[in-house]
Amino acid sequence: MVERRPWLDLLAHAVMVLGLLIVAFPLYLAFVASTHTAQDILQAPMPLLPGAHLWDNYAAALTGQGGGAGSNAPVARMMWISLVTALVITFGKISISLLSAFALVYFQFPFRSLFFWAIFITLMLPVEVRIGPTYQVVSDLGMLNTYAGLTVPLIASATATFLFRQFFLTVPDELLEAARMDGAGPMRFFKDILLPLSRTSIAALFVIQFIYGWNQYLWPLLATTSEDMYPVVVGIKRMIAGGDSGNEWNIVMATAILAMLPPAVVVVFMQRWFIKGLVDTEK
Amino acid sequence: MAVEKRVFFRSTWLPWLLLAPQLVIVGVFFFWPAGQAVLQSLQEQDAFGLSVNWVGLDNFRALLSDSAYLESFKTTAVFSILVAVLGIALSLFLAVFADRIIRGALVYRTMLIVPYAVAPAVAGVLWVFMFSPSIGVVSYMLSHSLGFEWNHLLDSGHAMALIVTAAVWKQISYNFLFFLAGMQSIPKSLIEAAAMDGARPWRRFWTIQFPLLSPTTFFLLVINMVYAFFDTFAIIDATTHGGPGRDTVILVYKVYQDGFKGGDIGGAAAQSVILMLVVVAMTVFQFRYIEKKVNY
Repeated sequence: MVERRPWLDLLAHAVMVLGLLIVAFPLYLAFVASTHTAQDILQAPMPLLPGAHLWDNYAAALTGQGGGAGSNAPVARMMWISLVTALVITFGKISISLLSAFALVYFQFPFRSLFFWAIFITLMLPVEVRIGPTYQVVSDLGMLNTYAGLTVPLIASATATFLFRQFFLTVPDELLEAARMDGAGPMRFFKDILLPLSRTSIAALFVIQFIYGWNQYLWPLLATTSEDMYPVVVGIKRMIAGGDSGNEWNIVMATAILAMLPPAVVVVFMQRWFIKGLVDTEK
Repeated sequence: MAVEKRVFFRSTWLPWLLLAPQLVIVGVFFFWPAGQAVLQSLQEQDAFGLSVNWVGLDNFRALLSDSAYLESFKTTAVFSILVAVLGIALSLFLAVFADRIIRGALVYRTMLIVPYAVAPAVAGVLWVFMFSPSIGVVSYMLSHSLGFEWNHLLDSGHAMALIVTAAVWKQISYNFLFFLAGMQSIPKSLIEAAAMDGARPWRRFWTIQFPLLSPTTFFLLVINMVYAFFDTFAIIDATTHGGPGRDTVILVYKVYQDGFKGGDIGGAAAQSVILMLVVVAMTVFQFRYIEKKVNY
């Protein structure tokens, strides 16, 4: 720091701790609620320290043994759906975007700028503004209640293409010239030089897209009608349909903790790439 | 940065092959539906899709003279401005103090980015649980220690406050990371020079750091507005369902209600088209503004 101001440093820590307490309180409360019985929680005020029913509640949530008035579908199945969906969206988006960014940056061909704009205009319009017609297309193709229906429409956006294009443009031209002199074809160059160089961007996109895929709500809500295809984010909303006293809040909160665990783990353990990717993509 | 490469590979078919997967997906799941939305907005269909009539701009006229729609526009404006302004102010506040901290900085940052990973629907469930008038911890504390009766099921002000709080909570991580990155990219020499001239931290913030952060702030303003417009659907669906009455029905929620619950396909399509125009306008505004602002 520029100068020593111990009281200001102290204030800074105090502010951060206060901020953290406020930010973490809902998460803490969800955890506490997931360790009590449903009756304990209904007695206002609910206990503020963890109880003894952690395993019972999580086991009941995962296997769908809850007795709440809303939906009681097994959360293990929902977690599986969410995981598959998030991974397909992540890897699907990253692979098609790598290929198309490679084509757009490293080749000259007719209508290139037309395609460039056709892809980049999708950056602007999130799936929410075109849900009605997208739903019809997916339903006409018979893709409701399938993994394809849950994932492919969400892959139709150019965030990743944009990031890879930006990155490829910073790769020195000399690498390409050297590769060509050594007789390497385009795909060889792509596989042996470009892909290894893109590792950091790929890691960053992995985090961003995984969270994006896992946290989708509106689209899965429409694209699935059968309970065994609900991702956990949609499932939890259906669990609270029983009303304040009809819900088994302990099970709901156990589900909430389970639902946020995978994306939280990804973001915390990959935060270095995540932050780099976030700040680079959007700027 | 270069806009183009100087050297290219030569192939007549390979680039097409490489582009094909993305073009097919974008074509089928983006341009086709977006085109359909425009077409449908000019048509009138019955709920079973048996008859279709061309009605020109009637759907738009009907919308713009529908008081519920105009009300929803106003709700969206209030909601997104509150989310953007409160979210930005809070995270800037936190980032300013976080920037001072050397020891323990990683711990604070790690904890603060967790809400980013929480799905909006889950965030909605957490907040509705805390503020539930009958069993919520926070509503209990409000009523027993302050005598304040919280009920977002009856009071539309409370309902708005609830969704704004949940939306801001989820977005703090994102704003915080951008402000922190922005603060750390400000050259230390500027701050040191000002300190040597006798400027205290408070003054240094307003005369150096805050102006230099203005591109970040404007960028976040647009991003937060877009976030409030679209990504908060799940928060609203998990907390207020647009209620009480129609007082928290934002535009995206209304498209869903009218199109999927109400079966008004033409009207919903017209709303989609208006939403598209709003996003495009925001994006264009952002690009123009940022282009100008980025060279201080």
